Amino acid sequence: MLIIGELINGMYKEVGRAIKEKNKSVIQRLARQQVDAGCDALDLNCGPASRNPASDMCWLVQTVQEVTDKALCLDSTRINAIEEGLKIAKFKAIINSTSADKEKLDTIVPLALKYKASLIGLTLDKKGVPQDKDRRLELAAMIVADCQEKGFPLDELYIDPVVLPANVAQVQLEDTLKALAEFKIISSPPPKTVIGLSNVSQGTKERSLVNRTFLIMAVFNGLDAAILDPLDKELMDSLITAELILNKQIYCDSFLEAYRRK
Amino acid sequence: MQELVYQKWSGKINEVIVGQEPNIVRIGGQEGLPFLFKEGKIPNQPRIAFEIWDIPPVDWPEQLRHSYQGVLNNPIDWAKKCIQEYNARILCLRLLAAHPDFGNKTSQDEAKLIEDLLKYIDVPLIILGCGDDDKDNEVLPVCCQASRGKRCLVGDAVQDNYRTLTAAVLADGHNIIAESPIDINIAKQLNILISDMGLPLERIVINPTIGALGYGLEYAYSIMERARLAALSGDKMLAMPFICFVGQESWRAKEAKASEEEFPQWGSERQRGIIWEATTAVTLLQAGADLLVMRHPKAVDCVSKYIKRSHDLANDSEAKLSG
Repeated sequence: MLIIGELINGMYKEVGRAIKEKNKSVIQRLARQQVDAGCDALDLNCGPASRNPASDMCWLVQTVQEVTDKALCLDSTRINAIEEGLKIAKFKAIINSTSADKEKLDTIVPLALKYKASLIGLTLDKKGVPQDKDRRLELAAMIVADCQEKGFPLDELYIDPVVLPANVAQVQLEDTLKALAEFKIISSPPPKTVIGLSNVSQGTKERSLVNRTFLIMAVFNGLDAAILDPLDKELMDSLITAELILNKQIYCDSFLEAYRRK
Repeated sequence: MQELVYQKWSGKINEVIVGQEPNIVRIGGQEGLPFLFKEGKIPNQPRIAFEIWDIPPVDWPEQLRHSYQGVLNNPIDWAKKCIQEYNARILCLRLLAAHPDFGNKTSQDEAKLIEDLLKYIDVPLIILGCGDDDKDNEVLPVCCQASRGKRCLVGDAVQDNYRTLTAAVLADGHNIIAESPIDINIAKQLNILISDMGLPLERIVINPTIGALGYGLEYAYSIMERARLAALSGDKMLAMPFICFVGQESWRAKEAKASEEEFPQWGSERQRGIIWEATTAVTLLQAGADLLVMRHPKAVDCVSKYIKRSHDLANDSEAKLSG
């Protein structure tokens, strides 16, 4: 499972302020904490308040690269912010994200190819987030077909079914989980799958419990990657245990420690 | 022609270094499954160590003792014979005489033997205890000290008794053998326990415990295969080279020892034991064995040729392809 830490996001007050004041220590501490907690990659998002997303993204990439060689997940709706980040990324990069819209795919997929980056494709388009599984599959198939056409390797493509909050779109969650499994039959080799986990618990009273329950169900449906809060220890422990139960890790008495030292 | 599909692995096996320059031996380090040369780099060929004892082995059959006539009661002469006559490049000394039931030699005497032996040999040395936990915990630390800096491989540590040996190996710059009873879960756990004490993972070799042909070989094979697949998929707690005690297990087999008089249909016992040992060894190489501890020089010779030929063939086809 590819674990992408979500905490470097300008949406959080502390991070937003650090970006504004160019305070490296806050960002680097968050980077280290997340890596120590078992992250394989770090999401970088300048947040909605950023006045200059491209230069803020560059600063984030530089700042984080000083303390880790983990993959960086460049998270922005602005294409130029992503490209500026890609230009200076020294290690593996993941583009977060493209939608299924043709114009967006036509700009982002070539960018991913050029910089040998992985790509997250959201199953949404101008019309918005799908209301059911079939539409999610349709949009996923459009993204996959576009990548195939452009020669982008499907094992570098992560399809995100767009998880909605349990207290807003409860009826959709089961479909979202099922979509994860069905994305795998779109192509051979199949695309990988990813979710932005914390959205599922947005506005709920038991965030951690809702997150980890949904994550385990997603793992059972073949999830390959998740953007999540790695400092939630119970969440991470549950994830590790789920992988153990699915025979993805070999059991030993200290399996939690073994996983963290991978 | 259809294109061959190669597996891409994310993990690799640790390379463990035994011995001192210029005679060091590197084991492990591969990035793919055994003999699949195109799948990933295989920087080191599997190696074979000759087994020697500090006491004449009473249970070795005549056809095995025959190769070591006149030296079985002197470990130093025995070692020299292995090196000079049989071209041994690694030796494995079993300190059985320390066992309370086999002479109860003191740790000082065993340490003296190690010191003396090291004066005469320059090949890397594997040091094994006698198998009695309490006695090994007395003897092995002293022997580790006596061979300090020689980067030996010392064993075996087991789940219920690993602390003393790990501390000694750590202090004196050696490598450790971690033994598990054909159990992948315990193998992994023991590696964690040992590394928790501060010994780097690159200084651990797994003894998965094996059975000879006809005595659980396929069980050992499947455990080794599973561990290796996990390691190549990124499980660092299983990414150690394997040591297999092929001689010990093969020569226990009735088929290796029994006389022709007893079983005329089995053929000459002079050949049978050698074949039994060599077949067991070659099978374990397929499972991923990196270091074999063997007994009969003819079996060693046969397996060495097998290793060399397979690796030469791979190099030849590589040369043809690139030429």
